[in-house]
Amino acid sequence: MLLIKNGRVLDPATNMDATLDVLLDGERIVRVGADLSAGDADVLDAAGLIVAPGFIDLHCHLREPGQELSETIETGTKSAAKGGFTAVCCMPNTLPVNDSASVTRGIVERAKVTGCVRVWPIGAVSVGSKGEALAEIAGMKEAGIVAVSDDGKPVATARLMRQAMEYCESLGLPVIDHCEDPSLFAGGVMREGQQSARLGLKGIPAQSESICVGRDVEVAGLANARLHIAHMSTRGSLEYVRAAKKRGLRVTCEVTPHHFTLTDEDVRYDTRYKMNPPLASRSDRDALIEGLADGSIDAIATDHAPHHAASKDVEFDRAPFGITGFETALALGLTVLVHPGKLSLMRLVELFTAGPARVLGIERKIAAGQTADITIFSPDRPWTYNAAESPSKSRNTPFDGRSFRGGPIATIVGGRLVHNHR
Amino acid sequence: MLQRLQHLLGIEPLTVEQVNFFLDQAKPFQEFQRHPLKKLATLRGKTVALAFFEPSTRTRISFATAASRLGADSMNLQAESSSLKKGESLIDTVRTLEAMRPDGIVIRHAASGAAEFVAARLEIPVLNAGDGSHEHPTQALLDALTIRDRKGTLDGLNVTIVGDLLHSRVARSNIYLLTKFGTRITLCGPPMWMPPVLEDLAPGVRRMPCIEEALKDADVVMVLRVQTERMHEPALSEADYVLRYQLTPERLRLARPDALVLHPGPMIRGLEIDPAVADGPQSCVLEQVTNGLAIRMALLYHLVGGAPADAPHPAKERSNAAD
Amino acid sequence: MRIVEKRQLLSAEQIDRTLKRLAHEIVEKTGGAEKLALIGVRRRGVPLSQRVANFIHADGKHRVSLGTLDITLYRDDLSTVGAQPIVHSTDIDFEVDDRDLLIVDDVLYTGRTIRAAMNGLFDLGRPRRVQLCVLIDRGHRELPIEASFVGRTVETTDTEIVEVRLREIDNEERVVIVDRVT
Repeated sequence: MLLIKNGRVLDPATNMDATLDVLLDGERIVRVGADLSAGDADVLDAAGLIVAPGFIDLHCHLREPGQELSETIETGTKSAAKGGFTAVCCMPNTLPVNDSASVTRGIVERAKVTGCVRVWPIGAVSVGSKGEALAEIAGMKEAGIVAVSDDGKPVATARLMRQAMEYCESLGLPVIDHCEDPSLFAGGVMREGQQSARLGLKGIPAQSESICVGRDVEVAGLANARLHIAHMSTRGSLEYVRAAKKRGLRVTCEVTPHHFTLTDEDVRYDTRYKMNPPLASRSDRDALIEGLADGSIDAIATDHAPHHAASKDVEFDRAPFGITGFETALALGLTVLVHPGKLSLMRLVELFTAGPARVLGIERKIAAGQTADITIFSPDRPWTYNAAESPSKSRNTPFDGRSFRGGPIATIVGGRLVHNHR
Repeated sequence: MLQRLQHLLGIEPLTVEQVNFFLDQAKPFQEFQRHPLKKLATLRGKTVALAFFEPSTRTRISFATAASRLGADSMNLQAESSSLKKGESLIDTVRTLEAMRPDGIVIRHAASGAAEFVAARLEIPVLNAGDGSHEHPTQALLDALTIRDRKGTLDGLNVTIVGDLLHSRVARSNIYLLTKFGTRITLCGPPMWMPPVLEDLAPGVRRMPCIEEALKDADVVMVLRVQTERMHEPALSEADYVLRYQLTPERLRLARPDALVLHPGPMIRGLEIDPAVADGPQSCVLEQVTNGLAIRMALLYHLVGGAPADAPHPAKERSNAAD
Repeated sequence: MRIVEKRQLLSAEQIDRTLKRLAHEIVEKTGGAEKLALIGVRRRGVPLSQRVANFIHADGKHRVSLGTLDITLYRDDLSTVGAQPIVHSTDIDFEVDDRDLLIVDDVLYTGRTIRAAMNGLFDLGRPRRVQLCVLIDRGHRELPIEASFVGRTVETTDTEIVEVRLREIDNEERVVIVDRVT
């Protein structure tokens, strides 16, 4: 038993914002109230800290099976726990691609043994994510996937998207798309604009993403199915999503912390600033912040994409896309959005908890009977991120050495303390 | 000290004083090209590594000759024969070269930022001989020298640059250099290779879609190569390119009567430039080659010559001077 | 460490008379300065060579060619200094082949400058003969170099410096010996 005392409980799902104690027993929350007595429970003093429902990351890459040089389920989940996440959804672009029940089972079993937070796999839409035939989605659902995606690439055609959506709707799974137009993307390495012209790097126009979002929204309307836009990064995409929501379509979207923090002006030739979608213009970033504030955007997801050092220590053109992100996500949300007054703290917590839960069609709240997944964080403690101390195997982050106000303190999964930094 | 530049990675970060310094220092090396005996001992014992990861005959030979005439030796790395093809990373190839202890590296590479990448990781001077679409500083310096020698000054000239501007490192370096002297730059090329953002590269840059308009009042016309190797896009029809952008004698007459014609080479006569213009009296292409040698000698002399910046202070030479 | 002036060697008037005397010697000993070319070594050899040439031309009967030489690229001590010295132009607009050359410099000391000057000249062609004219010879030769025409010979110590100051460059006109004292 664990009693979390004196914390400020912030739960958007129940609209709770009060100083309360939370009592956990085994894997469940048993009581939430004022001045609870500990009995023989261990006591965790959360004075000055926020007690929130356990954070969910809708989008990450754990690289296992097949790419364990960059990350494993063990090291990735340790990093996630340090970032305050209690559950992570890992994308299927592993080796082999997670396109079958056996690979899904493999991941689920491995996570039971080596993972310290919940691992919810996302299965591929198509076999090998090649964009041709549908993968064995029903089989994967039984093995434990929570959604499908061909992440790394867009779902290849509108026709395939329609088939996938209609099929997945019947299975109760959302389709998540990495939106990009291959012919506009071709060979690009950063956002097309003034900075790409100055650096002499091939640019990818913003419309590469929004064209595909528009396509997907139309297909979602045609198929009457759920659609979730992964790592949305442009104003144009956001406008399609807003319009879709207004029409009553079940379209959701997520934004990464680096996209609401950095812009293409931050890119020089440092490969720690190279990711897909690339860092966007200031106008896009500002539009995303507005969308986060006004509810058009449903979730913050990290797209944690570890790459071992040697693979990133090459010329910009040749470097793989991606940066890590578990440990800086909350801190960036607090420092860049909440403290400057762009977002309320409650809204930020919603983007990490109730928002992602809604996308997955599950519940996430602090109430008696709920799963004992809790994220405890400081809203304002100053600290500096040192990538060398990360449990992740990879160090490809542009935020190394950056100072923050506020960050994760303790993470509880199923009643167990998997991270404690008090 | 102006001359104590450690690397030459691009024109953009240089001051006007630094540019003028190297243009002025090229002058004695221009004269040197007329000596019957073109061999100095001033860089004797030094080795210059020529790391050319992109095919290049002219620039490589120019640097090799410059090094040789200064008395230095050169180490040659050519992309076709290098292990780069076998998947060795840029950094390993370069560290291998460094282990052979050259006194400087001249690098040309298809990736923008490659010269900076190498300079950040090595202890020796790096000269950028062209990195992707980013910069080609020695080309801009030799172009500026050619223009200055013929026109007497760089100040306030009208320069028109024609061709595939988006992918051209020659265009970028020239824009950065010439605008430092208050030149007005007019860019002209197919719209998909001439996006509006190019006007933001430096003050005084404008785009004109029509070559006849772009050439009016030009003091200098720079014709760029048509670069098939750096295009990911479907190529423009050659016939269309000739029709709309070839520098013909008729079009050249729209510029000022004493306008100079420059081309970084190699030229495809009949494509971007009419043979009559290429070989005509306004064409400066041969001077560009000679000036390229002089500029590169001046750069190697200053950047690769001398002791390393952190060398211990030499015992006082007996010299009849108080310093 | 400071630089102090120890004594004056030549006044402005003495410099002038010395150069005039050298001009006469040159005409005499070269058989009328036929085909003679004066090469002033940068920096102060240049105005000195101009003045000697003017004296030679003064009688209207003799004519010499005049050129300037920058020896920076021919120095033997460059790899030991820090930043590379600035290179200046060499200006010799006549054929060197088969000419009688007279190198003109301000002070002859170790001889290394003149060695470098000869390297520079031989890169331009094959002179018939090379001779040397200096305003001051201060001894301490490190190479087998001699001057045929010397304005004044002085004995100096290792730490002393002979400073030739000319109006074209220094806004002063005298030759002094200075010393480094701690």
